[in-house]
Amino acid sequence: MRQPLLALLAKEPAHGYELKLALEQTFGQAYPSPNIGQIYVTLKRLEQDGLVRSQDVAQDSRPNKKVYELTPAGREQLAAWVTEPIEGPRVRDEFFMKLILAPMAGLADRMELINSQRRHYFGIMRNLMDMQANMDRATPAARLLIEGAVLHLQADLDWLERCQEELL
Amino acid sequence: MRRAAPDPPRTGPSSPDAPALLRARGLIKVYKSGGVAVEAVRGVDLEVGVGEFVAIMGPSGSGKSTLLHVLGGLEPATHGEIWLRGKRVDGLSASAWAVLRRQHVGFVFQFFNLLSTMTVADNVELPALLAGASPRQARKRREELLAELGITAKANTAPARLSGGEQQRVALARALANEPSLLLADEPTGNLDSANTNDVLRLLRRAHAAGQTILMVTHDAKVAGLADRVVNLFDGMIADDAKVVPAPRRAQAVRNFLELRG
Repeated sequence: MRQPLLALLAKEPAHGYELKLALEQTFGQAYPSPNIGQIYVTLKRLEQDGLVRSQDVAQDSRPNKKVYELTPAGREQLAAWVTEPIEGPRVRDEFFMKLILAPMAGLADRMELINSQRRHYFGIMRNLMDMQANMDRATPAARLLIEGAVLHLQADLDWLERCQEELL
Repeated sequence: MRRAAPDPPRTGPSSPDAPALLRARGLIKVYKSGGVAVEAVRGVDLEVGVGEFVAIMGPSGSGKSTLLHVLGGLEPATHGEIWLRGKRVDGLSASAWAVLRRQHVGFVFQFFNLLSTMTVADNVELPALLAGASPRQARKRREELLAELGITAKANTAPARLSGGEQQRVALARALANEPSLLLADEPTGNLDSANTNDVLRLLRRAHAAGQTILMVTHDAKVAGLADRVVNLFDGMIADDAKVVPAPRRAQAVRNFLELRG
């Protein structure tokens, strides 16, 4: 949440609720609607770290609102984030630990573990496909996010199949 | 896709009481290969209900395509029973199977298998004509299907001049021409890029929503997100057979997933 907020603030100063709206408009239904409380907490931490600063702006007949803007340190960190490659996706190591270790202790059957994990992935795939079917008016960002999730899920399923072939 | 009143009556996709449209019992398929017997299908029990969309998945060589071909009568079973629409069909001759398929089973393949010397329109009309429809009926049905699949403009084109995605849509139109009780599909998206895959999947989703029973062999996990049920085949046997249930705590599961790891 930190970096996206910094990136939005690099465009223009904004208050918390505007940032929530900007995230929603950009990513649409593909992205879980950000919690406003989480946004305020993150902004406060960013301010403590000296990456943003805020100014109270008076409003007619309403409490003051805090408008945030990027500090030079914030801009520097954002630039570093933008230029650095992102770590690749991790393998679902928790499932893998289960798959390898639980049968050794006689706690589970590998085929059953693989099947139940696969059913779970299929359920998520159903959700993603339903979302994809209802995206006629979605932004390209939203569509690409869903497609990315589908491709990751497909890779997880392929990998389950490899586990099945190698271990069973 | 518009369909005539299905027969037997439809009780909704994957409803537990759905009458089995297709039922296989103890199905075994053995190939002789260079004097060696290869068991491709090793004892499969399977039911597909009216209106159900079932995906058959599993690693290469697990027997998926063989199973589908045996179920559709393209290859004879070595042992076991196949029942289609309440009638036992595993003992039928090749020609009796051909008649049965013409009326009740549509097939879609990975490589489209369109007749290259005929136009798109003729490819789609042919099954109806072979089944005894009048030229007028066949033409009407063809026009409906091509419109439904968005390829009306290609009616007088030769299949070879179409993209892979368009050819597969024509193949789908041909398979649905006689309003088959059962659509069998063997890796229908296996040779398509992702945009065309999405198009073909959208059409299959629509056909299924309109009541079409579908049994599809696929490597494409996206299909699992459309199917009512996924059968996982492994070494010629069913390793898993389960309904696709949207992830529990849907919001959380999808949220976790969209937070794309890393």
